[in-house]
Amino acid sequence: MEHYNMNLTLKVWRQKNTESKGGFETYDVKDISSEMSFLEMFDVLNEKLVQEGKEPIAFDSDCREGICGACSMYINGRPHGPWQQNTVCQLHMRAYKDGDTIVVEPWRSNVFPVIKDLIVDRSAFDRIIQAGGYVSVNTGSAPDANTIPIDKADSDEAFDAASCIGCGACVAACPNGSAMLFVSAKVSQLALLPQGEPEKISRVLNMVKQMDKEGFGNCGNIYNCEAECPKGISVENIARMNRQYLGASLSSKIQERPVNLVDPMNERG
Amino acid sequence: MALTGFFLIIYLIVHALLNALIFVNDDGKTFNEGAHFMLHNYFIRFLEIGLFAVFILHIIQGLLLWQQNKATRKIKYEKSSYPKEIKWYSRYMGWLGTFLLLFLVMHLAQFWAHTKNELYFNGPAIDLYQQMKEIFTNPVWFILYMIGLASLLFHLLQGFQSAFQTFGINHRRWVHIIKGVGVFYSVVICLLFASMPLAFMLGWLQ
Repeated sequence: MEHYNMNLTLKVWRQKNTESKGGFETYDVKDISSEMSFLEMFDVLNEKLVQEGKEPIAFDSDCREGICGACSMYINGRPHGPWQQNTVCQLHMRAYKDGDTIVVEPWRSNVFPVIKDLIVDRSAFDRIIQAGGYVSVNTGSAPDANTIPIDKADSDEAFDAASCIGCGACVAACPNGSAMLFVSAKVSQLALLPQGEPEKISRVLNMVKQMDKEGFGNCGNIYNCEAECPKGISVENIARMNRQYLGASLSSKIQERPVNLVDPMNERG
Repeated sequence: MALTGFFLIIYLIVHALLNALIFVNDDGKTFNEGAHFMLHNYFIRFLEIGLFAVFILHIIQGLLLWQQNKATRKIKYEKSSYPKEIKWYSRYMGWLGTFLLLFLVMHLAQFWAHTKNELYFNGPAIDLYQQMKEIFTNPVWFILYMIGLASLLFHLLQGFQSAFQTFGINHRRWVHIIKGVGVFYSVVICLLFASMPLAFMLGWLQ
């Protein structure tokens, strides 16, 4: 594809901290290469802001390879921008043309409060994982690989679910602010494997309970989560979770255990 | 939501098939006999209470979910857009439901209220076939019925497969069959209902 430069108008959400009221600021960015990534374009803008003695725009990023799930920008009305199955860091400026205006917002959900500008607090996801997104194993020497036979199709499906990077685009995309796609992927990746079997019932009950406690919305089966997920997680996982939840709720085997959430920062002392 | 929805889906089949008796084309004799049976059968009267309860439950559940979901995003997006595979009607189930509720109030006042007046308050005996003819040949009512049925069509297109998803019945092997049956059901039911006002309006039925 031919390389070109462009000038853009950016409308970016600025918010000092969680308590303060945010608002949009408009910036002009010039001579942006079509080969830059979206985040590199923000780096250029931030350098300019620093040179002008202004506060740079805070945004999350880590690996910039599309696998860590840190980046989280809602670009022109869509999480992670216009490309399908893609993260912001892998969105390239060739998606835009000279003179475009781009609106950039943080994920909007009461459960994901803005920490600063475009950075949101997604620790609600961590608490859901703590509530049941694990398998309990005995410590000791490492077991031999492949001692437990696993059907290839099951392992593939579990892997597909496990490819969820927990970025929160599903919540951002959902008109109802529901986290069902994330939670169902995390339930499924373990439930599909024999190692996840013993805690199957308590897992789904505890994780859904924590999800509701956090205050996420209810699934309306609109499926915008699936359409916007950078990893293409399927809503079949939501059906699987519903199935398991229904089964677990009707089960006479009550395994629901109290959830003690440990804050690792306070445990260290 | 899904459980009550399923019940209403089944109810619509009974309603549509019974109404289709008007097409026997005997000036509504068979249809009126059917309606008379439904009106004077205690089991049906009992089921009717259940039907009202399910309707009200479905509406209350919808309102509660709408309120909860609305509260999850206090600051709205400045700009929102949806990829084209997202069906518009899946996002407007609440609005479609509201239209349906308004339609239902009108529909009950036009038919149901008269039959209950006859049954419980010694009101005048009602010829439902004549009543249908009168209402459906009025262009205003005719258009309102068409709008109501269009809302029903889109509400069902989303609701049918959505109910299966909620119950966890979505598997790559079955999903196409469920979706296919859902579209078939929604279109056939709505066309069958729409054919009734149309038949009176165009004078196919006298």
